[in-house]
Amino acid sequence: MKNDAFISIRNVNKYFGSFQAIDNVNMDIGEGEFFSLLGASGCGKTTLLRMLAGFESTSDGEILIDGQPSADVPPHHRPVNMVFQSYAIFPHLNVADNIAYGLRKHKLSKPQKQEMVDEMLELIKLPGYGKRKANELSGGQRQRIALARALILKPKVLLLDEPLGALDKQLREQMQLELRALQRQVGITFVFVTHDQEEALTLSDRIAVMSGGKVLQVDTPEGLYEAPTTREVASFIGNMNFFQGTVRRNGSSEAAIETQGLGSIPISLEKVTKPDGAPVQVALRPEKFELLEEEPTGGHFVSAKMDKTAYLGERSHYYVTLDGKSEPVAVSSTNQFVARDDDRWKEGEPVWLSWSPEAVVVLDAD
Amino acid sequence: MSARGDTGTYIKRPNRPLQIYAVIFLIVLYVPVLFIPMFSFNDSIYVRFPLQGFTLQWYAELWSRDAVWAALFNSVKVGAVVAAISTILGVVAARAITRYRIPGKSALVTFIMMPLVIPGIIFGVALLVLLSRMGVPLSLYTVTLGHLIVCLPFAVATLLPRFEGFDPSMEEASADLGENGWWTFWRVTFPMVFPGVVASLLLTFTISFDEFIMAFFLTGTDATLPMYIWGQLRFPQEFPSVLALSSLILFISFILVFIAQRVGRMGLEDA
Repeated sequence: MKNDAFISIRNVNKYFGSFQAIDNVNMDIGEGEFFSLLGASGCGKTTLLRMLAGFESTSDGEILIDGQPSADVPPHHRPVNMVFQSYAIFPHLNVADNIAYGLRKHKLSKPQKQEMVDEMLELIKLPGYGKRKANELSGGQRQRIALARALILKPKVLLLDEPLGALDKQLREQMQLELRALQRQVGITFVFVTHDQEEALTLSDRIAVMSGGKVLQVDTPEGLYEAPTTREVASFIGNMNFFQGTVRRNGSSEAAIETQGLGSIPISLEKVTKPDGAPVQVALRPEKFELLEEEPTGGHFVSAKMDKTAYLGERSHYYVTLDGKSEPVAVSSTNQFVARDDDRWKEGEPVWLSWSPEAVVVLDAD
Repeated sequence: MSARGDTGTYIKRPNRPLQIYAVIFLIVLYVPVLFIPMFSFNDSIYVRFPLQGFTLQWYAELWSRDAVWAALFNSVKVGAVVAAISTILGVVAARAITRYRIPGKSALVTFIMMPLVIPGIIFGVALLVLLSRMGVPLSLYTVTLGHLIVCLPFAVATLLPRFEGFDPSMEEASADLGENGWWTFWRVTFPMVFPGVVASLLLTFTISFDEFIMAFFLTGTDATLPMYIWGQLRFPQEFPSVLALSSLILFISFILVFIAQRVGRMGLEDA
């Protein structure tokens, strides 16, 4: 993490009456970063974003934007602009006037303004749309106008409150790519609020996972997915299998975890800080398992029984049962070698599960 | 209306009894009123059938009467002031009701709307007692005060849906784009509620222009138009010109309210 954080959030709390919406949040956002706040609805992510915009005050703690304390700065004096979830396109103004709305104080001549608006329309790929009325626009177009209206002011930070939530799936995926390309092009810090983990993984440089007003983990998409630090994060991002286990240290350089279902797994010492006999959880993603017909000759494996299968086209999901574990284990594998119905696993068939100890994540016990 | 045989959807299918009911409803409501313009063109000072013949004599007589012009001018003055003040108060009230968390909000709205259901005679007497206790002489100012009480609920009722119908994030977006509260009001809030403001002005003007009971208690020496009509009813020979004047008021009121209804709904359907 860079020292020169562009936005610093320090010990911030927010209460609505007796309800605590933000619980002691600390984080730094770097300049030019695409930063996402990810969480289920009611987790405090939108409140935090509205604090950055100046629409909500902090109950205590402070927020620095570009080194400046922001507590007493009203929204209209902040170097940040926001794209609203509803887009908030002014219905009484045409597209060009919407985009130029914030330029009043800049005292520009009409041709200068026109040129800036045209440049923006070019950027959002809607050239020639200046004279259109707001109610003649589709959802995707409104979303782009909202972006242009904010970006024309060259803000230091752009705040986006679930801007893709109202779009259908196909348009959303297209807009994700465009948004990412746009952010690289303009180089502005983006703070993006979403409840869609896939969207956050696709777009972000870093993601803060929030729950109940707290920040659970701030990390890169790979970091969150491959090395979650809590069970909550592990199960929120993607699917995860959890196994109860106990730490076994032999005094040597090697440690192992005795698990229910997967047997003993050797673990490098830096992954285990707990003493011998401490209860832990072991987590493994469904795609980290390999399904085999025959007993493997080496490595880590366990015998299992196929319980349920689901064919999803590009890949299949399976649930297998293990001795010593009550819940079935989710396994996901590509259908690279599946061409016919016969190639697939049948329910009730005996199978072998193989995995690599490097893929194992060790978490504290509940 | 859809063609016969096409039963339409459940809600939109034609309903014969309902159509007949609507026609009867309109007849009962408006036929008595239509007698007024009809007799205002009748060439006789007696209001009775058969009609005698067509004349514009009563209208011409009105034109040349100074007292009518004075009363008309008084009514327009009062109406314009009442419309302006009640609409401004209505905008402020509607914005406060829709934008702020006010404890007991629904009770507050009920109290604002109360004059709609309290008989005008009660308000009229109450104000008259109050004003005479305070030693305020009756004049067009006291009539204006009375009309404000009558008109304010109409202004709020017209403006409230406009304010409720627009997304609070519009105002936040304006602030976010660098405008303070004052500029946000003039660049976003006001243009968005403007049709409601026009509707409220027209409606409150019409109500004040037509109002009789408050004016009856609170008028001093200067009569408003309805007061003038009331005064003329004592003279049988003046009755046809009263009918002519009433017809004009009826016509203008209808036009103004019709425009107010159209303007007030502008932009709400396609929002």
